[in-house]
Amino acid sequence: MTKPLKAAVVVFPGSNREGDVARALSQATGAAPAMVWHADSALPPGTDLVVLPGGFSYGDYLRCGAIAARARIMDAIGAHAERGGLTLGICNGFQILCEAGLLPGVLMRNARRRFLCKMQHLKVENAQTPFARRYRPGQLIKVAIAHGEGNYTIDEVGLATLERGGRVAFRYCDADGAVGGDANPNGSVNAIAGVYNARFNVLGLMPHPENLIDPLVGGTDGRGMFEGLAA
Amino acid sequence: MKARVTVTLKSGVLDPQGKAIEGALKSLGVAGVAKVRQGKVFDIELEGSDRAAAERQLSDACEKLLANTIVEDYAVDYD
Repeated sequence: MTKPLKAAVVVFPGSNREGDVARALSQATGAAPAMVWHADSALPPGTDLVVLPGGFSYGDYLRCGAIAARARIMDAIGAHAERGGLTLGICNGFQILCEAGLLPGVLMRNARRRFLCKMQHLKVENAQTPFARRYRPGQLIKVAIAHGEGNYTIDEVGLATLERGGRVAFRYCDADGAVGGDANPNGSVNAIAGVYNARFNVLGLMPHPENLIDPLVGGTDGRGMFEGLAA
Repeated sequence: MKARVTVTLKSGVLDPQGKAIEGALKSLGVAGVAKVRQGKVFDIELEGSDRAAAERQLSDACEKLLANTIVEDYAVDYD
């Protein structure tokens, strides 16, 4: 038995899903994660996993995630990721990781302009990572989405690099697994819902697996991510 | 010294907000509107009066924060 996963959740002014992430991590690891304030300069010693939760950091001023990406704690998170430390950005956390340059691309305004808050099916594209190893390749999972700026955009060369490298983590699909078309809620290129960095230790995704960990609130398809990380 | 930084979406990048504004202008009966792209303007007061220094500082500001150069261009005008 290896030592239990030590997780930290970063809280920015305007984060609002940190409690959901903490609950999901507690359920999977048996221990509450450390909550880290954005103005801190260091992560708790021995941190294995850093999670940037969803919300509206700094009120989405300037661009979603732009101000948070320049917060003091981000230097420590960059160093953690550089060391190969696990880093997960969900929704606003994904936007922050892109703005910080830890993931490629950018999240633009939803193509159909509406804020989306609904259940959404995803296809697991790569199950060979610490984040997705509890899923099967091609598995459909049902999770929640809640965002106004989730339209993943990247230049053609960057897109080809992601696709060729197996770095697309999840794609939006319908209940039958058909990808794209009307099943793509926000216009993301190639229906991309989440991407990995080149070393697969940093994942950003718009959907909220942390909200689907209890049958009482609609399903448990999100548990696999946190159980995979804890394993 | 005062400067105005204008940040605009690169051509080809989808601008749903600009589209919505364009649609609203047309529904208001404003004639002659062919296309609208929305951008941002930052009016910045600089401490010094050295133009070359200002250019460096503002280019730094744009690259580091004001624009996301993956999808946005920026331009700086000086008073």
